[in-house]
Amino acid sequence: MNHLPQAWGRPRDDVYGAYDHSHFQTQLPNQHTQSPIVTGTSVVAAKFKDGVVIAADNLASYGSLARFTDVKRLRKFNDEVVVGFGGDVSDMQYLDRLLNSLDIRENYSNNENPLHAKNLHTYLAKVMYKRRSDFDPLWNHLLVTGLDGEKKPFLASVDLLGTTFSSPTLATGFGAHLAQPILRRTIPDEDAVANVSQEEAVKLVQECMKVLFYRDARSMDKYSIAVITTSGVELKQDEKLENQSWAFAERIRGYGTQVN
Amino acid sequence: MFRNNYDNDSITFSPQGRIFQVEYAQEAVKQGSVVVGVVSKTHAVLAAIKRNAEDLSSYQKKIIPIDSHYGIALAGLASDARVLSNFMKQQSLSSRLTYDRAIPISEITMRIADRAQANTQQYGKRPYGVGLLIAGVDQKGPHLFEFQPSGVTQEMIACGIGARSQMARTYLERHLDGFEGASREELIKHALRALKESLSQDKELTVDNTSVGVGGIGENFTLYEGQDVAGWLDATFENKEDAGEGEGQGEGGEAMETDS
Repeated sequence: MNHLPQAWGRPRDDVYGAYDHSHFQTQLPNQHTQSPIVTGTSVVAAKFKDGVVIAADNLASYGSLARFTDVKRLRKFNDEVVVGFGGDVSDMQYLDRLLNSLDIRENYSNNENPLHAKNLHTYLAKVMYKRRSDFDPLWNHLLVTGLDGEKKPFLASVDLLGTTFSSPTLATGFGAHLAQPILRRTIPDEDAVANVSQEEAVKLVQECMKVLFYRDARSMDKYSIAVITTSGVELKQDEKLENQSWAFAERIRGYGTQVN
Repeated sequence: MFRNNYDNDSITFSPQGRIFQVEYAQEAVKQGSVVVGVVSKTHAVLAAIKRNAEDLSSYQKKIIPIDSHYGIALAGLASDARVLSNFMKQQSLSSRLTYDRAIPISEITMRIADRAQANTQQYGKRPYGVGLLIAGVDQKGPHLFEFQPSGVTQEMIACGIGARSQMARTYLERHLDGFEGASREELIKHALRALKESLSQDKELTVDNTSVGVGGIGENFTLYEGQDVAGWLDATFENKEDAGEGEGQGEGGEAMETDS
């Protein structure tokens, strides 16, 4: 008996002649987009009194190789939104082009109501969900930061499944495990946001980037940071982590060359 | 044999640079019963006369709410208006779904304008035989747009289209300065008075033939018909006789209303 399921239930070759298999799909679908190749690691963001701060390092890894060290993973959109990308870099570049064409379309349609962060987050959520429903997800975890329709700070995330989540502090990837608890110490809930100044928020996020550099093997010490307030977007793309202290490293035991 | 060789289709210019089919379409607008629109700093109002084909039939719809923030009033072929309003409803809904944004009034106006213009550029198409007033509120406040079969759109402070609408426009021009600062009720009264101006001698505004649509900041676009407009009709037209009495009396039920 032929154990291949494709052959089951077909007319007998000895009676009807050789079965024409040509209508079967001979080629399997492309699968090279089904897993990330060149990746960016965590994105970290926090709301403060009158804005949002977001940061991501400038590294694009090829597996464990630190392949590209000048990749800008924060993207400004129309003076009041910044999107941070974690995950696959080529998918990030696709989304970047998508946002570019959206921006151009919006600017042509002469309306004076620019898309704000909430609009953009909804849009990106639909894009991500559409792609995952096509079984061809964009392998990213995005943070959308900026101001909403009432000029209030806005921070929300979308992942490769189109899942949306919003919180006064957010971090993607490794940062969700390492940075999020640190952020929550200062900003445990929405009420705490009102007591956090811009300086405090920036320092907090920088501290998170430092901890991530210490602990995340796919990170690096050059990063981008953006602050979005009612006065606009201040985006710096060539920052370096300062005041690093590796003293703690000596006390770490349990892996590497010495086991104990 | 032919009076005019240049009106067989809607894409051919006459030697004088006119497109006759478009001009005929504009005549269809003038056959429709009159509709009026006015905007203030806070509100946008549409008012319309409904016609019934015969005493036993219902009245033709003149004002169509499209989305919660705006609606249209039509003069001309009602079936063409239905096509356009269905399109507008789809576009409005899709804007809310993909961007979580109420579509800007100028944007939706541009979209139907583009559709109407495309009809004058492709063989076998005909222009829409309907004029629209599009009124509502978006992020930038209240707006009123006029749409013509030619694809021409204009933002207006006040506008009237349809049969004998010149009389309504004359009224609106005379009271132009009063509109910007007018209250909701004043604006509705202006619209109804303008409507009344263009009525023929033997006709009157009644609860049966009057439609009013009101949109405002913080107020959804709502269609008022039947008994809902009775109060405004009384206040607008019977006022002349009542005004003296109302102030002079000051007793009974009326005193209760003016109290404190």
